[in-house]
Amino acid sequence: MSATRAEVCVVACAEAWRGDGEILAAAMGTCSILGARLARLTFEPGLLTTDGGALLTAEAVPFGAPAGAVEGWLPFREHLWLVQNGRRHVMMGASQIDRHGNTNISAIGDWARPKSQLLGVRGAPGNTICNPTSYWIPKQSTRVFVPKVDVVSGVGHDRAAELGPRAARFHDLRRVVTDLAVFDFGTPDGSMRLVSAHPGVEVEQVRAATGFDLVIEGEVPETRQPTDEELRLIREVLDPKGLRDREVKA
Amino acid sequence: MGVVMSVEEVVGSLESGMTIGIGGWGSRRKPMALVRAIHRSALTDLTIVSYGGPDVGLLCAAGKVRRVVAPFVTLDSIALEPHFRAARQRGSVEFTEYDEGMFMFGLLAAAHRLPFLPTRAGLGSDVMRVNPGLRTVRSPYEDQEELVAVPALTMDVALVHMDVADTRGNGRYLGPDPYMDDLFAKAAGRCFVSCERMVRPGELDGPPQTLLVSRMHVTGVVETPGGGHFTDCGEGRDEAFQRHYAASAADPEAWAAFADRFLSGDEAAYQEAVQQWREEEGR
Repeated sequence: MSATRAEVCVVACAEAWRGDGEILAAAMGTCSILGARLARLTFEPGLLTTDGGALLTAEAVPFGAPAGAVEGWLPFREHLWLVQNGRRHVMMGASQIDRHGNTNISAIGDWARPKSQLLGVRGAPGNTICNPTSYWIPKQSTRVFVPKVDVVSGVGHDRAAELGPRAARFHDLRRVVTDLAVFDFGTPDGSMRLVSAHPGVEVEQVRAATGFDLVIEGEVPETRQPTDEELRLIREVLDPKGLRDREVKA
Repeated sequence: MGVVMSVEEVVGSLESGMTIGIGGWGSRRKPMALVRAIHRSALTDLTIVSYGGPDVGLLCAAGKVRRVVAPFVTLDSIALEPHFRAARQRGSVEFTEYDEGMFMFGLLAAAHRLPFLPTRAGLGSDVMRVNPGLRTVRSPYEDQEELVAVPALTMDVALVHMDVADTRGNGRYLGPDPYMDDLFAKAAGRCFVSCERMVRPGELDGPPQTLLVSRMHVTGVVETPGGGHFTDCGEGRDEAFQRHYAASAADPEAWAAFADRFLSGDEAAYQEAVQQWREEEGR
């Protein structure tokens, strides 16, 4: 079976939680949510996932489906305590991200009087300083991958370093998945590095969609293809309505 | 103990310049009947403390708000709140922007008469830059860790919306999430509860842990059937109407028509106008 770009993205998101064990996989965005549930259904069965609301579901449920049997309760107050507790790896969205992994979901332009008011910082400051954090960005471009974010909602490596090792000891940026590629921060100064380009995407294309100097080391591998079983789970179980294709066009 | 009041009596007891906390979360279980009553009142210069949704948006649209204290303002199924965006982009409201967890810690501090509570949330982010009044505190123990000292989010008045309440002001929620409504009730000098349905004392049937707000924290209670509309009050949000709200809010002329049709009368008139709109839309 051949996979669509959206399906490659779902699996690349799922891979973010590999090795995490028994923690909450908190996800935002369609491919990210599907990825968390796919990881739980396959290589990371210990993960906890939600119904998109306050319920921890007994099994990974299809996108948008009712919770069914429940194994736990996670209303917002408990979710916010769990951020402090730490047994959580969150994959957030970002309207802007820079090479240090600082992200912005608050406002574009001058904060005092923004050109475009977005959501507000939401939980990004706490998430990034307390929990392993990854990002899912459905449409990579130089508007999103910017030299400097306008408002630091999610804390990047340069900001964390300024705080010192004690205050930043739980700061842990894992990976960034976009519609084009996978990135991490495995460089000496924590700058963003290209890990793999999705099948059919040229490295040059990734570079052109990035508004800062990207670390590229040697031959860049291709993001892995979904297995047949993963494709079956995505198509028949988790997302039979194909909502992933609305987020990442085929 | 709360006394049974009308929407007008609750809003009549408020004053311009007050700090008002509003319960719920985003576009979920918001005390919209009370918000609509503030919208048509003469109140002004308010500070609104809220996990913000259309409550913040409506009050910004009516020019009631001097400052918003919030970690976000969203309609949930529609990410961005048009009125809040417009107000921020015009520069017509001040904004205290906190992380969601910081905001909860601020409520917890206020609810428990503490000056602040410490947290890591906020460190390293621009929340510290855009709120220059925020201070950090150093752990007095061996770790010496530096943490954000989130100041108590005290407020003059809190407004929360319950699914059921009794005439004394004890409130029950029936949905999956209590949000922070009990903390708002405890953090405020006075708390007013609106409810979808009011019952007599002793008739609040259901699991005791769903009794969220206690009469000891409640000044007044008001029955407002449909008072949470169009936000999600357990049976789902009125998504069609929310879309109508958001589309209207994005355009001044459309908003004038919306306000004229839905917001120019009292709460009964609102409910009737919504019913008529539904019939016209075939919903």
